[in-house]
Amino acid sequence: MSDHDHDHHDHHHHHDHDHSELSETELRVRALETILTEKGYVDPAALDAIIQSYETRIGPHNGARVVAKAWTDPAFRQALLDDASKAVSTLGHVSRVGDHLVAVENTPQRHNMVVCTLCSCYPWEMLGLPPVWYKAAPYRSRAVKDPRGVLADFGVSVPKDIEIRVWDSTAETRFLVLPMRPEGTDGWSEEQLAELVTRDSMIGTGFPKTPGAPS
Amino acid sequence: MNGVHDMGGMDGFGKVEAEPNEPMFHTEWEARVLAMVRAMGAAGAFNIDTSRFYREMLPPHVYLSSSYYKKWFLGLEDMLVAKGYIAAEEVAAGHAVQPGKPLTHGKFALVDVERVMVRGKFGRAAPAAAMFKPGDRVRAKNIHPATHTRLPRYVRGHVGIVERDHGCHVYPDTAAMEAGENPQWLYTVVFDGTELWGAESDPTVKISVDAFEPYLELA
Repeated sequence: MSDHDHDHHDHHHHHDHDHSELSETELRVRALETILTEKGYVDPAALDAIIQSYETRIGPHNGARVVAKAWTDPAFRQALLDDASKAVSTLGHVSRVGDHLVAVENTPQRHNMVVCTLCSCYPWEMLGLPPVWYKAAPYRSRAVKDPRGVLADFGVSVPKDIEIRVWDSTAETRFLVLPMRPEGTDGWSEEQLAELVTRDSMIGTGFPKTPGAPS
Repeated sequence: MNGVHDMGGMDGFGKVEAEPNEPMFHTEWEARVLAMVRAMGAAGAFNIDTSRFYREMLPPHVYLSSSYYKKWFLGLEDMLVAKGYIAAEEVAAGHAVQPGKPLTHGKFALVDVERVMVRGKFGRAAPAAAMFKPGDRVRAKNIHPATHTRLPRYVRGHVGIVERDHGCHVYPDTAAMEAGENPQWLYTVVFDGTELWGAESDPTVKISVDAFEPYLELA
């Protein structure tokens, strides 16, 4: 069984890590997978398939398509704000979402920002797996108490007269920020607009890219 | 539980540091841990609330000093041992020494992968009428359950406004203890920053949580 486990892992070197020896954690993780496999709980090939699905099917490109469509299609924008799960499920090219997606719209009066202070809740289907900073103590602790300070850490400044609304994801609802459409994009196609939509602009810790600016 | 995982409003953790061009996984084992958690959950070994509770129960110094997927790994191992799916001696030996116990949904196989790529459904039929409606002034109860809860400390005792009604959802507080789904109404409740953080805090900030009905009372 350990031979199988070894072979299995050799197929999966997809990131830079030239470990000449295995870390204690890596050994423990391998041991657990061996145990779960030997006990007949999981097929390692199914674990491979889960990882491959995450690596290829989810990511901020899904959210960007939704945002770009909302920018160009007023009826879709309204449907998205009314019931985001339902609206997104009508888009065949976006990976399937659960029942509890909520889209929150930035306006000239309000900037929205999403956090999970208790763990790491995040709209995976729309944005992919969350970045480390989203799951780490500095963001989780300060986003609700000093959101403007957190935005400053990202180099983002929101005018003092604009309301900052922080959404703490404490249940199975998941929040997607609908950022404001950048100026200078009149007549742009959905595909062009989607290129401007950054992951952070959909979390609320950034803005979409500006046309013509270096990315 | 009033654990270190309940981080909202804590000071001293420093600046947020984003990693440029961050990879999805930093090591291969992180991906294996994610896959094992998803697979064993889908096979019926535990629900999402129980898995969160086991991460929260890690000793505070371990929680604070472990990477995200390390916490997932430690929580998974503890949970599988506690629930009898694996034995401590198997963990020590690094291989199985006895047969597995039955899983609710059976072995996790290739045909099951699609199931984990769609989020679970947490909405449930309402067992009773909603106690609150949008616009109501509510206070987050001053409660301190020693087990899993999704009411963060920083809102307890404070008054906010019900903004949205999300319908009835599985109640994490009982689901985590495997004491039933016990569906409860779920509301977005919005608080003024000054209500939570004092008169000196930024008056332009509002914070909302999604709160289950048992967490709230009319104010």
